[in-house]
Amino acid sequence: MRHTLDKLLGPVSVALVAITVWLGLFVTPPDAQQGDLVRLVYIHPALAWVALYVAFGMAAVCSLLYLWPRTRSMVFDRLAASAVEVGVVFTVLTLITGSIWGRPTWGVWWTWDARLTSTALLGVLFIGYLALRRVPAEPHIRARRCAVAALFAAVDVPIVHFSVVWWQTLHQGATVLNPNLTPTIHGLMAWTLLLSFVAFTLVFVWMVIARYRLETLREEGEDVELAEALVARRSEGVS
Amino acid sequence: MWRDAMLVAERDLRIEMRSKVALWQVVPFAILVLLLFAFALGPGPALLKESAPGLFWLALLFSSVLAAQRSLAIEGSDATRESTRLMGLDPAGIFLGKTLALTGELIALEIVLMAGVILLFHVVVGTWWLLVASLLVAALGLSAVSVLYGSLAGGARMRATLLPVLVLPILAPVLIAGARCFASAMANGPGLGGRWLSVLCVFAAVYLVLGIVLYGPMEES
Repeated sequence: MRHTLDKLLGPVSVALVAITVWLGLFVTPPDAQQGDLVRLVYIHPALAWVALYVAFGMAAVCSLLYLWPRTRSMVFDRLAASAVEVGVVFTVLTLITGSIWGRPTWGVWWTWDARLTSTALLGVLFIGYLALRRVPAEPHIRARRCAVAALFAAVDVPIVHFSVVWWQTLHQGATVLNPNLTPTIHGLMAWTLLLSFVAFTLVFVWMVIARYRLETLREEGEDVELAEALVARRSEGVS
Repeated sequence: MWRDAMLVAERDLRIEMRSKVALWQVVPFAILVLLLFAFALGPGPALLKESAPGLFWLALLFSSVLAAQRSLAIEGSDATRESTRLMGLDPAGIFLGKTLALTGELIALEIVLMAGVILLFHVVVGTWWLLVASLLVAALGLSAVSVLYGSLAGGARMRATLLPVLVLPILAPVLIAGARCFASAMANGPGLGGRWLSVLCVFAAVYLVLGIVLYGPMEES
Protein backbone atom coordinates (compact mmCIF):
# COMPACT_ATOMS: atom_id res chain seq x y z
CA MET A 1 0.00 0.00 0.00
CA ARG A 2 2.77 2.38 1.03
CA HIS A 3 4.82 1.61 -2.08
CA THR A 4 1.78 2.13 -4.29
CA LEU A 5 1.22 5.57 -2.74
CA ASP A 6 4.91 6.38 -3.13
CA LYS A 7 4.90 5.36 -6.76
CA LEU A 8 1.74 7.35 -7.45
CA LEU A 9 2.77 10.53 -5.65
CA GLY A 10 5.48 11.54 -8.13
CA PRO A 11 3.49 11.12 -11.36
CA VAL A 12 0.33 12.59 -9.79
CA SER A 13 2.08 15.71 -8.52
CA VAL A 14 3.89 16.24 -11.85
CA ALA A 15 0.60 15.73 -13.73
CA LEU A 16 -1.13 18.29 -11.49
CA VAL A 17 1.66 20.80 -12.13
CA ALA A 18 1.27 20.15 -15.87
CA ILE A 19 -2.52 20.73 -15.64
CA THR A 20 -1.89 23.93 -13.66
CA VAL A 21 0.48 25.16 -16.35
CA TRP A 22 -2.00 24.27 -19.09
CA LEU A 23 -4.89 26.01 -17.31
CA GLY A 24 -2.72 28.98 -16.38
CA LEU A 25 -1.26 29.52 -19.84
CA PHE A 26 -4.09 28.55 -22.20
CA VAL A 27 -7.47 28.35 -20.45
CA THR A 28 -7.69 31.16 -17.87
CA PRO A 29 -8.31 34.67 -19.21
CA PRO A 30 -5.78 37.49 -19.07
CA ASP A 31 -6.20 40.06 -16.29
CA ALA A 32 -7.96 43.36 -17.04
CA GLN A 33 -4.97 45.39 -15.79
CA GLN A 34 -1.95 43.05 -15.85
CA GLY A 35 -2.79 41.19 -19.05
CA ASP A 36 -0.86 37.94 -19.54
CA LEU A 37 1.50 38.83 -16.71
CA VAL A 38 -1.14 37.60 -14.27
CA ARG A 39 -0.36 34.01 -15.33
CA LEU A 40 2.59 34.02 -12.95
CA VAL A 41 0.05 34.08 -10.13
CA TYR A 42 -0.50 30.35 -10.79
CA ILE A 43 3.12 29.60 -9.88
CA HIS A 44 4.61 32.28 -7.65
CA PRO A 45 2.15 32.29 -4.67
CA ALA A 46 2.08 28.47 -4.62
CA LEU A 47 5.88 28.31 -4.50
CA ALA A 48 5.91 30.90 -1.69
CA TRP A 49 3.21 28.98 0.18
CA VAL A 50 5.25 25.78 0.07
CA ALA A 51 8.53 27.49 0.99
CA LEU A 52 7.38 29.74 3.81
CA TYR A 53 4.49 27.95 5.43
CA VAL A 54 4.72 24.26 4.53
CA ALA A 55 8.50 23.69 4.42
CA PHE A 56 9.77 26.05 7.08
CA GLY A 57 6.65 25.48 9.21
CA MET A 58 7.30 21.76 9.06
CA ALA A 59 10.97 22.33 9.90
CA ALA A 60 10.00 24.41 12.95
CA VAL A 61 7.45 21.87 14.19
CA CYS A 62 9.84 18.93 13.69
CA SER A 63 12.62 20.86 15.45
CA LEU A 64 10.33 21.55 18.40
CA LEU A 65 9.35 17.88 18.52
CA TYR A 66 13.03 16.92 18.50
CA LEU A 67 13.87 19.33 21.33
CA TRP A 68 10.91 18.18 23.42
CA PRO A 69 12.35 15.29 25.53
CA ARG A 70 9.23 13.10 25.25
CA THR A 71 9.15 13.19 21.46
CA ARG A 72 12.89 13.31 20.80
CA SER A 73 13.68 11.16 17.79
CA MET A 74 16.13 11.33 14.90
CA VAL A 75 13.11 10.92 12.61
CA PHE A 76 12.15 14.54 13.37
CA ASP A 77 15.72 15.71 12.78
CA ARG A 78 15.79 14.06 9.36
CA LEU A 79 12.34 15.39 8.49
CA ALA A 80 13.35 18.94 9.48
CA ALA A 81 16.54 18.72 7.42
CA SER A 82 14.65 17.37 4.40
CA ALA A 83 11.99 20.08 4.69
CA VAL A 84 14.60 22.85 4.95
CA GLU A 85 16.56 21.58 1.96
CA VAL A 86 13.47 21.45 -0.26
CA GLY A 87 12.21 24.71 1.29
CA VAL A 88 15.39 26.55 0.29
CA VAL A 89 14.91 25.38 -3.31
CA PHE A 90 11.31 26.67 -3.26
CA THR A 91 12.45 29.97 -1.70
CA VAL A 92 14.93 30.51 -4.53
CA LEU A 93 12.21 29.68 -7.09
CA THR A 94 9.85 32.11 -5.30
CA LEU A 95 12.41 34.91 -5.59
CA ILE A 96 13.15 34.11 -9.24
CA THR A 97 9.47 34.02 -10.29
CA GLY A 98 8.79 37.18 -8.26
CA SER A 99 11.68 38.87 -10.00
CA ILE A 100 10.34 37.87 -13.43
CA TRP A 101 7.00 39.46 -12.48
CA GLY A 102 8.66 42.53 -10.96
CA ARG A 103 10.68 43.50 -14.05
CA PRO A 104 7.72 44.44 -16.30
CA THR A 105 5.51 45.57 -13.40
CA TRP A 106 7.86 47.65 -11.27
CA GLY A 107 10.54 48.20 -13.91
CA VAL A 108 13.27 46.48 -11.87
CA TRP A 109 14.34 42.90 -11.23
CA TRP A 110 14.76 43.61 -7.52
CA THR A 111 13.60 46.27 -5.10
CA TRP A 112 14.35 46.67 -1.39
CA ASP A 113 10.79 45.99 -0.43
CA ALA A 114 10.07 44.56 3.06
CA ARG A 115 8.49 41.36 1.69
CA LEU A 116 11.31 40.68 -0.77
CA THR A 117 14.08 41.53 1.66
CA SER A 118 12.68 39.47 4.53
CA THR A 119 12.15 36.51 2.16
CA ALA A 120 15.73 36.72 0.90
CA LEU A 121 16.92 36.91 4.52
CA LEU A 122 14.85 33.84 5.35
CA GLY A 123 16.53 31.94 2.53
CA VAL A 124 19.99 32.93 3.79
CA LEU A 125 19.06 31.95 7.37
CA PHE A 126 18.06 28.47 6.25
CA ILE A 127 21.13 28.15 4.03
CA GLY A 128 23.04 28.77 7.29
CA TYR A 129 21.04 25.90 8.81
CA LEU A 130 22.15 23.62 5.96
CA ALA A 131 25.76 24.74 6.48
CA LEU A 132 25.42 23.96 10.19
CA ARG A 133 24.27 20.43 9.35
CA ARG A 134 27.56 19.82 7.59
CA VAL A 135 29.63 20.52 10.70
CA PRO A 136 31.00 17.14 11.83
CA ALA A 137 29.47 16.22 15.20
CA GLU A 138 27.84 13.34 17.01
CA PRO A 139 24.34 12.93 15.44
CA HIS A 140 22.32 13.98 18.51
CA ILE A 141 24.51 17.03 19.18
CA ARG A 142 24.19 18.09 15.54
CA ALA A 143 20.44 17.50 15.66
CA ARG A 144 20.06 19.66 18.79
CA ARG A 145 22.12 22.52 17.36
CA CYS A 146 20.23 22.40 14.07
CA ALA A 147 16.86 22.30 15.83
CA VAL A 148 17.70 25.49 17.75
CA ALA A 149 19.00 27.17 14.57
CA ALA A 150 15.81 26.20 12.70
CA LEU A 151 13.62 27.72 15.41
CA PHE A 152 15.64 30.96 15.37
CA ALA A 153 15.36 31.15 11.59
CA ALA A 154 11.63 30.34 11.62
CA VAL A 155 10.98 33.56 13.59
CA ASP A 156 11.38 35.33 10.24
CA VAL A 157 8.37 33.48 8.74
CA PRO A 158 5.68 35.61 10.48
CA ILE A 159 7.77 38.71 9.71
CA VAL A 160 7.65 37.80 6.01
CA HIS A 161 3.91 37.12 6.19
CA PHE A 162 2.96 40.34 7.97
CA SER A 163 5.55 42.53 6.23
CA VAL A 164 2.94 43.73 3.72
CA VAL A 165 0.70 44.77 6.62
CA TRP A 166 3.32 46.26 8.96
CA TRP A 167 5.20 48.31 6.38
CA GLN A 168 4.35 50.29 3.25
CA THR A 169 5.46 47.85 0.57
CA LEU A 170 5.44 47.63 -3.20
CA HIS A 171 4.51 43.96 -2.93
CA GLN A 172 0.76 43.50 -3.03
CA GLY A 173 -1.13 42.19 0.00
CA ALA A 174 -2.39 38.62 0.32
CA THR A 175 -4.88 37.56 -2.35
CA VAL A 176 -6.40 34.66 -0.40
CA LEU A 177 -5.06 34.75 3.17
CA ASN A 178 -5.73 38.46 3.70
CA PRO A 179 -6.73 39.79 7.16
CA ASN A 180 -10.46 39.75 6.22
CA LEU A 181 -10.22 36.26 4.69
CA THR A 182 -12.05 37.51 1.61
CA PRO A 183 -10.25 36.25 -1.51
CA THR A 184 -9.91 38.84 -4.28
CA ILE A 185 -9.77 36.24 -7.06
CA HIS A 186 -12.76 34.36 -8.47
CA GLY A 187 -14.01 31.77 -10.94
CA LEU A 188 -11.63 29.70 -13.05
CA MET A 189 -8.71 31.84 -11.99
CA ALA A 190 -9.40 31.02 -8.32
CA TRP A 191 -9.72 27.29 -9.06
CA THR A 192 -6.49 27.27 -11.04
CA LEU A 193 -4.77 29.09 -8.19
CA LEU A 194 -6.12 26.52 -5.73
CA LEU A 195 -4.95 23.67 -7.98
CA SER A 196 -1.46 25.20 -8.11
CA PHE A 197 -1.32 25.18 -4.30
CA VAL A 198 -2.30 21.50 -4.20
CA ALA A 199 0.09 20.56 -7.03
CA PHE A 200 3.17 22.25 -5.58
CA THR A 201 2.38 20.99 -2.07
CA LEU A 202 2.30 17.43 -3.46
CA VAL A 203 5.60 18.05 -5.27
CA PHE A 204 7.04 19.20 -1.93
CA VAL A 205 5.78 16.05 -0.14
CA TRP A 206 7.24 13.86 -2.89
CA MET A 207 10.62 15.60 -2.69
CA VAL A 208 10.71 15.49 1.12
CA ILE A 209 9.98 11.76 1.14
CA ALA A 210 12.78 11.18 -1.38
CA ARG A 211 15.17 13.39 0.59
CA TYR A 212 14.25 11.68 3.87
CA ARG A 213 15.02 8.26 2.36
CA LEU A 214 18.33 9.54 1.05
CA GLU A 215 19.26 10.89 4.49
CA THR A 216 18.33 7.58 6.14
CA LEU A 217 20.39 5.63 3.60
CA ARG A 218 23.33 7.99 4.08
CA GLU A 219 23.26 7.45 7.85
CA GLU A 220 22.97 3.67 7.39
CA GLY A 221 25.88 3.85 4.94
CA GLU A 222 28.01 5.66 7.51
CA ASP A 223 27.23 2.94 10.09
CA VAL A 224 28.13 0.19 7.63
CA GLU A 225 31.38 1.95 6.68
CA LEU A 226 32.28 2.32 10.36
CA ALA A 227 31.52 -1.36 11.05
CA GLU A 228 33.62 -2.43 8.04
CA ALA A 229 36.47 -0.17 9.13
CA LEU A 230 36.36 -1.67 12.63
CA VAL A 231 36.43 -5.22 11.24
CA ALA A 232 39.36 -4.33 8.98
CA ARG A 233 41.27 -2.74 11.87
CA ARG A 234 40.67 -5.73 14.13
CA SER A 235 41.83 -8.13 11.44
CA GLU A 236 45.04 -6.12 11.14
CA GLY A 237 45.62 -6.72 14.85
CA VAL A 238 45.06 -10.48 14.53
CA SER A 239 47.45 -10.94 11.64
CA MET B 1 25.43 32.90 38.10
CA TRP B 2 26.71 36.49 38.36
CA ARG B 3 29.81 35.43 40.30
CA ASP B 4 30.64 32.87 37.59
CA ALA B 5 29.93 35.48 34.94
CA MET B 6 32.39 37.91 36.51
CA LEU B 7 35.03 35.17 36.79
CA VAL B 8 34.70 34.22 33.12
CA ALA B 9 34.61 37.86 31.97
CA GLU B 10 37.73 38.64 33.99
CA ARG B 11 39.51 35.58 32.57
CA ASP B 12 38.63 36.47 28.96
CA LEU B 13 39.66 40.10 29.38
CA ARG B 14 42.89 39.12 31.11
CA ILE B 15 43.77 36.74 28.26
CA GLU B 16 42.97 39.52 25.79
CA MET B 17 45.10 42.04 27.68
CA ARG B 18 48.04 39.61 27.60
CA SER B 19 47.68 38.34 24.04
CA LYS B 20 46.61 41.72 22.53
CA VAL B 21 45.00 39.94 19.57
CA ALA B 22 42.16 42.47 19.45
CA LEU B 23 44.63 45.37 19.54
CA TRP B 24 46.91 44.08 16.80
CA GLN B 25 44.44 42.25 14.56
CA VAL B 26 40.82 43.30 15.08
CA VAL B 27 41.34 47.08 15.47
CA PRO B 28 43.65 47.36 12.41
CA PHE B 29 41.12 45.31 10.42
CA ALA B 30 38.30 47.71 11.42
CA ILE B 31 40.32 50.76 10.36
CA LEU B 32 41.30 49.00 7.15
CA VAL B 33 37.64 48.36 6.34
CA LEU B 34 36.90 52.10 6.79
CA LEU B 35 39.78 53.00 4.47
CA LEU B 36 38.67 50.45 1.87
CA PHE B 37 35.13 51.85 1.91
CA ALA B 38 36.56 55.30 1.25
CA PHE B 39 38.70 53.91 -1.63
CA ALA B 40 35.63 52.21 -3.11
CA LEU B 41 33.33 55.25 -2.83
CA GLY B 42 35.88 57.88 -3.79
CA PRO B 43 37.19 60.85 -1.82
CA GLY B 44 34.06 63.04 -2.15
CA PRO B 45 33.35 64.25 1.43
CA ALA B 46 29.58 64.64 0.87
CA LEU B 47 29.08 61.03 -0.22
CA LEU B 48 31.29 59.67 2.58
CA LYS B 49 29.46 61.72 5.18
CA GLU B 50 26.08 60.59 3.89
CA SER B 51 27.20 56.95 3.82
CA ALA B 52 28.96 57.11 7.20
CA PRO B 53 26.15 55.48 9.30
CA GLY B 54 26.01 52.39 7.06
CA LEU B 55 29.77 52.19 6.63
CA PHE B 56 30.37 52.50 10.37
CA TRP B 57 27.94 49.69 11.14
CA LEU B 58 29.23 47.42 8.41
CA ALA B 59 32.79 47.91 9.64
CA LEU B 60 31.62 47.18 13.17
CA LEU B 61 29.73 44.02 12.14
CA PHE B 62 32.63 42.59 10.15
CA SER B 63 35.10 43.39 12.92
CA SER B 64 32.78 42.00 15.59
CA VAL B 65 32.78 38.64 13.81
CA LEU B 66 36.58 38.59 14.11
CA ALA B 67 36.39 39.57 17.78
CA ALA B 68 33.79 36.85 18.39
CA GLN B 69 35.97 34.25 16.67
CA ARG B 70 38.77 35.18 19.02
CA SER B 71 36.52 35.01 22.10
CA LEU B 72 35.21 31.58 21.08
CA ALA B 73 38.70 30.32 20.27
CA ILE B 74 39.64 30.92 23.92
CA GLU B 75 36.84 28.57 24.98
CA GLY B 76 37.80 25.91 22.45
CA SER B 77 41.53 25.74 23.12
CA ASP B 78 43.36 23.43 25.50
CA ALA B 79 40.19 21.70 26.69
CA THR B 80 39.00 24.90 28.36
CA ARG B 81 35.39 23.88 27.89
CA GLU B 82 35.92 20.64 29.80
CA SER B 83 37.87 22.43 32.53
CA THR B 84 35.16 25.02 33.15
CA ARG B 85 32.56 22.26 33.29
CA LEU B 86 34.63 20.29 35.81
CA MET B 87 34.90 23.45 37.93
CA GLY B 88 31.11 23.41 38.18
CA LEU B 89 30.58 26.84 36.64
CA ASP B 90 27.01 27.70 35.78
CA PRO B 91 26.58 27.56 31.95
CA ALA B 92 24.40 30.69 32.10
CA GLY B 93 27.22 32.39 34.01
CA ILE B 94 29.75 31.33 31.35
CA PHE B 95 27.48 32.74 28.64
CA LEU B 96 27.00 36.02 30.48
CA GLY B 97 30.72 36.29 31.30
CA LYS B 98 31.79 35.75 27.72
CA THR B 99 29.10 38.16 26.52
CA LEU B 100 30.21 40.86 28.97
CA ALA B 101 33.89 40.46 28.04
CA LEU B 102 33.08 40.61 24.32
CA THR B 103 30.83 43.64 24.95
CA GLY B 104 33.76 45.42 26.60
CA GLU B 105 35.99 44.65 23.60
CA LEU B 106 33.32 45.81 21.15
CA ILE B 107 32.80 49.08 23.03
CA ALA B 108 36.55 49.75 22.73
CA LEU B 109 36.29 48.91 19.02
CA GLU B 110 33.30 51.24 18.63
CA ILE B 111 35.30 54.12 20.16
CA VAL B 112 38.13 53.56 17.67
CA LEU B 113 35.71 53.28 14.74
CA MET B 114 33.82 56.39 15.88
CA ALA B 115 37.06 58.36 15.97
CA GLY B 116 37.78 56.95 12.50
CA VAL B 117 34.52 58.12 10.91
CA ILE B 118 34.78 61.55 12.58
CA LEU B 119 38.32 62.03 11.27
CA LEU B 120 38.07 60.33 7.88
CA PHE B 121 34.43 60.93 6.89
CA HIS B 122 34.00 64.36 8.60
CA VAL B 123 30.99 63.17 10.60
CA VAL B 124 29.43 65.68 13.00
CA VAL B 125 27.29 64.22 15.78
CA GLY B 126 24.38 66.32 17.03
CA THR B 127 22.66 63.99 19.51
CA TRP B 128 25.40 62.22 21.45
CA TRP B 129 23.18 60.48 24.00
CA LEU B 130 21.34 58.62 21.24
CA LEU B 131 24.57 57.52 19.59
CA VAL B 132 26.20 56.39 22.85
CA ALA B 133 23.07 54.55 24.02
CA SER B 134 22.65 52.76 20.68
CA LEU B 135 26.31 51.73 20.59
CA LEU B 136 26.23 50.34 24.15
CA VAL B 137 23.02 48.37 23.65
CA ALA B 138 24.08 47.14 20.21
CA ALA B 139 27.43 45.92 21.59
CA LEU B 140 25.52 43.84 24.15
CA GLY B 141 23.19 42.39 21.50
CA LEU B 142 26.04 41.67 19.06
CA SER B 143 28.00 39.91 21.79
CA ALA B 144 25.04 37.81 22.99
CA VAL B 145 24.26 36.61 19.44
CA SER B 146 27.92 35.90 18.65
CA VAL B 147 28.50 33.84 21.80
CA LEU B 148 25.23 31.93 21.38
CA TYR B 149 25.83 31.15 17.71
CA GLY B 150 29.46 30.36 18.44
CA SER B 151 28.28 27.50 20.63
CA LEU B 152 25.95 26.38 17.83
CA ALA B 153 28.73 26.49 15.25
CA GLY B 154 30.62 23.83 17.16
CA GLY B 155 34.13 22.71 16.24
CA ALA B 156 36.84 25.32 15.87
CA ARG B 157 37.85 24.02 12.43
CA MET B 158 34.50 24.88 10.85
CA ARG B 159 33.63 27.92 12.97
CA ALA B 160 35.86 30.36 11.09
CA THR B 161 33.77 30.09 7.94
CA LEU B 162 30.45 29.08 9.43
CA LEU B 163 30.03 31.80 12.06
CA PRO B 164 29.66 34.73 9.60
CA VAL B 165 27.07 32.77 7.58
CA LEU B 166 25.03 32.08 10.72
CA VAL B 167 25.48 35.36 12.55
CA LEU B 168 25.35 38.10 9.91
CA PRO B 169 21.75 37.42 8.73
CA ILE B 170 20.60 37.37 12.37
CA LEU B 171 22.35 40.70 12.92
CA ALA B 172 20.53 42.41 10.04
CA PRO B 173 18.04 44.13 12.43
CA VAL B 174 21.00 45.50 14.45
CA LEU B 175 22.58 46.85 11.28
CA ILE B 176 19.34 48.55 10.20
CA ALA B 177 18.43 49.94 13.63
CA GLY B 178 22.00 50.95 14.45
CA ALA B 179 22.48 52.79 11.17
CA ARG B 180 19.13 54.61 11.65
CA CYS B 181 20.15 55.64 15.19
CA PHE B 182 23.50 56.87 13.84
CA ALA B 183 21.79 58.88 11.09
CA SER B 184 19.35 60.37 13.63
CA ALA B 185 22.26 61.26 15.93
CA MET B 186 23.95 63.06 13.03
CA ALA B 187 20.82 65.16 12.54
CA ASN B 188 19.97 68.00 14.89
CA GLY B 189 17.16 66.19 16.74
CA PRO B 190 16.73 62.48 17.65
CA GLY B 191 13.76 62.11 15.21
CA LEU B 192 12.79 58.44 14.96
CA GLY B 193 16.07 57.39 16.59
CA GLY B 194 14.30 56.61 19.85
CA ARG B 195 12.17 53.95 18.15
CA TRP B 196 15.19 52.35 16.53
CA LEU B 197 16.95 52.40 19.91
CA SER B 198 14.05 50.44 21.37
CA VAL B 199 14.50 47.86 18.56
CA LEU B 200 18.13 47.46 19.65
CA CYS B 201 17.04 47.11 23.31
CA VAL B 202 14.47 44.40 22.47
CA PHE B 203 17.01 42.57 20.29
CA ALA B 204 19.63 42.58 23.06
CA ALA B 205 17.13 41.51 25.73
CA VAL B 206 15.75 38.63 23.61
CA TYR B 207 19.17 37.21 22.80
CA LEU B 208 20.43 37.62 26.37
CA VAL B 209 17.46 35.61 27.66
CA LEU B 210 17.81 33.00 24.89
CA GLY B 211 21.52 32.69 25.63
CA ILE B 212 20.98 32.24 29.37
CA VAL B 213 18.41 29.51 28.70
CA LEU B 214 20.04 27.73 25.75
CA TYR B 215 23.80 28.04 26.25
CA GLY B 216 23.91 25.15 28.76
CA PRO B 217 22.06 22.62 26.58
CA MET B 218 24.09 23.75 23.53
CA GLU B 219 27.39 23.15 25.26
CA GLU B 220 26.49 19.65 26.46
CA SER B 221 28.50 17.20 24.41
